[in-house]
Amino acid sequence: MCPIITAAKEHQAGATVLAHSAGTGSAFEIVAREDFSDVTFLIEFTHPQMARAARPGQFVIVLPHEHSERIPLTIADFDRDRGTVTLVIQAVGKTTQEMQKDCCVGARLFGVVGPMGVPSHIGSVGKVVCVGGGLGVAPVFPQARAFKESGAYVIGIVGFRSRDLVFWRDKFESVCDEFIICTNDGSVGIKGLVTDGIDSAIKKHDDIDEVIAIGPPIMMKCSAEATRPHKIRTTVSLNPIMVDGTGMCGGCRVIVDGKQKFACVDGPDFDGHKVDFDDLMNRLGRFTEEEKLAVRKWSEHCHQSEPLPHSTAEG
Amino acid sequence: MAKKTIRTIPQERTPIPVQDAAVRVENFDEVALGYNQENALNECARCLLCPEPACVKACPVCIDIPGFIEEISNGNFHAAYTILSDSNFLPAICGRVCPQEDQCEGVCPVGDTLEPVAIGRLERWLGDLAIQEGWAANPYKEPSDFKIGIIGSGPAGMACAADMAKAGCEVIVYEALHAPGGVLRYGIPEFRLPNHVIDAELSNLTKLGVRIECNTLVGRLFTIEQMREEMGFDAVFIGTGAGSPKFMEIPGESLNGVLSANELLTRCNLMGAGDFPATDTPLGLGRRVAVIGSGNTAMDALRVAKRLGAEKVYCVYRRTEAECPARLEELEHAQEEGIEFHWLTAPVEILDDGEGNIGAMRCVRMELGEPDDSGRRRPVPIDDSEYEFQTDMVVYAIGTNPNPIIGQTCKLTLNKWGYIETDETLATSMAGVYAGGDIVTGAATVILAMGAGRKAARSMKAYLGLRDNSAIYATAPDETINTLFGIDVEEKNFVRARLA
Repeated sequence: MCPIITAAKEHQAGATVLAHSAGTGSAFEIVAREDFSDVTFLIEFTHPQMARAARPGQFVIVLPHEHSERIPLTIADFDRDRGTVTLVIQAVGKTTQEMQKDCCVGARLFGVVGPMGVPSHIGSVGKVVCVGGGLGVAPVFPQARAFKESGAYVIGIVGFRSRDLVFWRDKFESVCDEFIICTNDGSVGIKGLVTDGIDSAIKKHDDIDEVIAIGPPIMMKCSAEATRPHKIRTTVSLNPIMVDGTGMCGGCRVIVDGKQKFACVDGPDFDGHKVDFDDLMNRLGRFTEEEKLAVRKWSEHCHQSEPLPHSTAEG
Repeated sequence: MAKKTIRTIPQERTPIPVQDAAVRVENFDEVALGYNQENALNECARCLLCPEPACVKACPVCIDIPGFIEEISNGNFHAAYTILSDSNFLPAICGRVCPQEDQCEGVCPVGDTLEPVAIGRLERWLGDLAIQEGWAANPYKEPSDFKIGIIGSGPAGMACAADMAKAGCEVIVYEALHAPGGVLRYGIPEFRLPNHVIDAELSNLTKLGVRIECNTLVGRLFTIEQMREEMGFDAVFIGTGAGSPKFMEIPGESLNGVLSANELLTRCNLMGAGDFPATDTPLGLGRRVAVIGSGNTAMDALRVAKRLGAEKVYCVYRRTEAECPARLEELEHAQEEGIEFHWLTAPVEILDDGEGNIGAMRCVRMELGEPDDSGRRRPVPIDDSEYEFQTDMVVYAIGTNPNPIIGQTCKLTLNKWGYIETDETLATSMAGVYAGGDIVTGAATVILAMGAGRKAARSMKAYLGLRDNSAIYATAPDETINTLFGIDVEEKNFVRARLA
């Protein structure tokens, strides 16, 4: 029995009832689940309207249950025929660990809103490098696919810690003209980080028009630094803390080219050479203590389940 | 009954019981407890029942105020509610949050000699009584085949939805958040407007057949063009609010601990951050909280911070108390609750503690110079008056910008500030699409947004060829939107001069 289903029970009157009567039908029902590692998992949920509207680079805000926080997640894939949207999630905080435990097929998410953010600009470029590390491997896929569909020569670069954490290799290979896997231990592909992959791609091709890099801030920062000397346009997808995702709270403000921007409505894509990554990383640490407390409390609460690892698949 | 005169009515305005300041700073319960029936009857006796009531004209939704007061006096409470709810669908809300001193009560002739009739308190009492008794607003339905889309479930959208539903239309309200109510839900705190009151008023709307769809970001999930062309909406109303917070763009603003009042209030009111870790959304409240600005949003942020347990809560404002744009009652309540006010003070820099958090704030003292375009004396920094202000949380409540999403996703004409341009009927540049509330005027009040929602509904009915069945509009002034009771459209600000 999935706790999420029980969490959807009618609570007190008012907001709850209205939210439930929102006429969403079978929307937000999870129809597929796949686990890529002990922390990384995929959920696919139905939302035909969202599947039709979603474009590469956009994100959603998910509330797994009525009293959970609103967490932003970049859309990893969408299928207009099936009417579904796919998210790939790393269980690193309380809410994502809870989702890892509760989001099984047949369960329903309390709320998903999106697609949000300005879609990525898929211009008519000749040659593009799509780089995904850690959390960013999945979301860079729709971009690679869109570039391929627009006729570009697509070089895909993804980073994992080791061979057994690799996922979506087939999907990437189906849309990439070249595909490079980088692993920390060299168990598959290049031994090294995605920046090593970027360096080798730049060495091989002197006509790269654009690099798209999605992943942890440090990985995007290093990717931007790798392309800066070559003056290759580099687009990154920022993932700051946000509440509503509609431009209302300003919690997601980032500094780009010295100016304040709201990642949720001005982004999430920005010019990687102009982003102040140190500021972003500081702001991502805003609730470090609270996050630890929430995870500790939650692990105590479900002590009967196996302890969850806290490491991430680093790109 | 003998005609009442200023000399024959009860001279004293009936006081409203309030929670003691020392008690209420420890809880989120309502501050003003509301009238009982005896209080209400007593206060109704103070109304002169003017034959040409100024209060009705001063009300953005033209409530027949003497009409409902007379019915209360006669003991016909349900009839009184019917009169009230004909014009105002959300009386329990408006009775609590309207700036009555600038509207109905501000023009009450009793107020020339005595304190004006406490119209807001009476409205609240009647609204609460209706909720308690389960009275629904009077549906005045004529069947029609029209389908109306409303974007935003705040006061503007709700008012428009109610009128269109009463006109017999199928009405769907789209809300981007996971709970309806807009600013009433995420913005106004529980102690000023309890959620159960919002729920009760909204359920009246659903009883009229209005459907509310949450988790729907119009513009991104589907566009306004799609609503009109593909989804079968005969008319659309945009009431998305202005709510994109302004920052000052001074150094240190991205340090952790600096946030907008919108974020603080949303985390607390919508997400329950005050109960973290029992709830999942954290706030990270500072020990000493400084709120920049002194409007109603600032008052809310200050008083929430106080209730959540901040040791020191400061209001920092660059002008003086006389220019403070907050509702008088909110300012007084904040003062009673131990908020420290630092008038004529402006931040110039927020200092790092070395770990990416706020160490302190550098402020400059101000003085009032020559009047500016808004007629208020412009605050001017005093040379060499900078000093360090000790705080570990800085909350900006200095106004909002229009939300950019609608502008990004449709071809509506916007004005130079990014607000939606409308004509006097609230029609936008797109046929069948109307807009009202903060997204047109800039930040204003709940009741003005409701007034705009009703005005747009009237225009929509005309556009669709529906008979306007809300008789109250027969006497409604047409220039509601521009007279703006105390709000200067150009300056997008309250300009009430509170003379000391």
